[in-house]
Amino acid sequence: MSLVMDPSAIESAIGRLGDLIYGEYGEGAVHLVGIRSRGDEVAERVFEVLRKKGVEVRLGVLDISLYRDDYEHLSSNPTLQSSAIDFPVDDARVVLVDDVIFTGRTIRAALDALFDYGRPARVDLAVLVDRGHREIPVEPRFVGERLETERMDRVDVSLEKTDGKDSVEIIKN
Amino acid sequence: MSHKDFLDIVSLDKEEIIHLLDQAVPFKELFTRSVKKVPALKGKTVLMLFYEPSTRTLSSFEVAAKRLSADVTIFDVPSSSVTKGESVRDTIDTLQAMRADYIVVRHRLAGQAAAIARQTGASVINAGDGAHAHPTQALLDAFTLREVFPKMEGRRVLIAGDILHSRVARSTSTMFDKLGVEVAFCGPGSLVPKTKFPRFTDFDEAMKWGPDVVYLLRVQKERQDAAFYPSDREYHSVYGITDERLKRLSDAGVYIMHPGPINRGVELCDAVLDYERCLISQQVENGIAARMAVLFALKPQIKNS
Repeated sequence: MSLVMDPSAIESAIGRLGDLIYGEYGEGAVHLVGIRSRGDEVAERVFEVLRKKGVEVRLGVLDISLYRDDYEHLSSNPTLQSSAIDFPVDDARVVLVDDVIFTGRTIRAALDALFDYGRPARVDLAVLVDRGHREIPVEPRFVGERLETERMDRVDVSLEKTDGKDSVEIIKN
Repeated sequence: MSHKDFLDIVSLDKEEIIHLLDQAVPFKELFTRSVKKVPALKGKTVLMLFYEPSTRTLSSFEVAAKRLSADVTIFDVPSSSVTKGESVRDTIDTLQAMRADYIVVRHRLAGQAAAIARQTGASVINAGDGAHAHPTQALLDAFTLREVFPKMEGRRVLIAGDILHSRVARSTSTMFDKLGVEVAFCGPGSLVPKTKFPRFTDFDEAMKWGPDVVYLLRVQKERQDAAFYPSDREYHSVYGITDERLKRLSDAGVYIMHPGPINRGVELCDAVLDYERCLISQQVENGIAARMAVLFALKPQIKNS
């Protein structure tokens, strides 16, 4: 196990995401939609960064449990939580936010879920950590930190509100 | 929770019940979206095997399964080979070959759903077996009660009517009891068996017990072999919610529930349906969410090779 990001590294990755999104969208309206679990906390923290820059920003949460492609392989189905998107998705500029991107399958599911809420004008993807090894053609536009990993490694992201601490660890298999 | 089947409430522990109630919440939230469907059970087959007539439970399961993107087949029993003398067992063997992942069963015999569950790898959901159980009704009732009273413990529910013939009374009282809700029964002496719950044969006496909810049961004319009460009009005046009783319920802030279908002028008067604390249509909507939660929680044991 090795610690690859400490609290200050995470804080600067969050700041970087805010800067990158600001650079792309300016002060026009942007809707951050965090993917449960932990994508929602990353989205909340990026939201604060953008708000301080004076961006007109809204926040939503998406649970993608019902859109996964791997139920067959799970011993019990995932525990479903509420999604909360209380703005119209139609014609909105949406940035999906997640903690880690790996195979890309979660994002595929999140896009399906998002489009059942409406037809956004544009969708981008922001991730705190990109650990590589994509299995489908999905790439984030905004990346907080890129990490070199092996396919079999586990990347554990802990965040203050969800887990009581800020850290990213790589666990070798 | 990783059960194959959903057959009764007795075999669930409180934690599993709470989990199912919690899971029904996000399903209900889907109903406010323009797209109410999710792909969770895409490519799965849900077979509705109804040996007894039912409109609302059947449609509720059908809507629930379709909102999960499952394919639904309704095995229309009266017009099927069952009337040609095929046994339930042979029917199930035939249905096995159709590779259904979920089978929703209603049958007039207690225990039939459990018997089918032993015979198939598909997940079996009991949608009512004789006077035994109707567990998804109990789940939607608890879900509805929790929406009104987020802390359910200690709340009082008076279940009124034909307790004896009612699988709803059985499952729903078991459910409430497990959740710490106090239950009492009220009805004609001939229709209220002696159980561990307080028993009233006088409605107005039962109101003094101080219920938060009066749960009315349907008078099941088709299930009575003997006359347990003299007439509909008499039943209404003695055990039904009359205009005068409704006024008293309203003053006391008491809610009304009913599993449907209702008999107007028997267990309740027309005015009940416009009563502000009438939860009947909320129960119908919650039934879909509760059944989606059950379908999503079960794990069929089908080998796909």
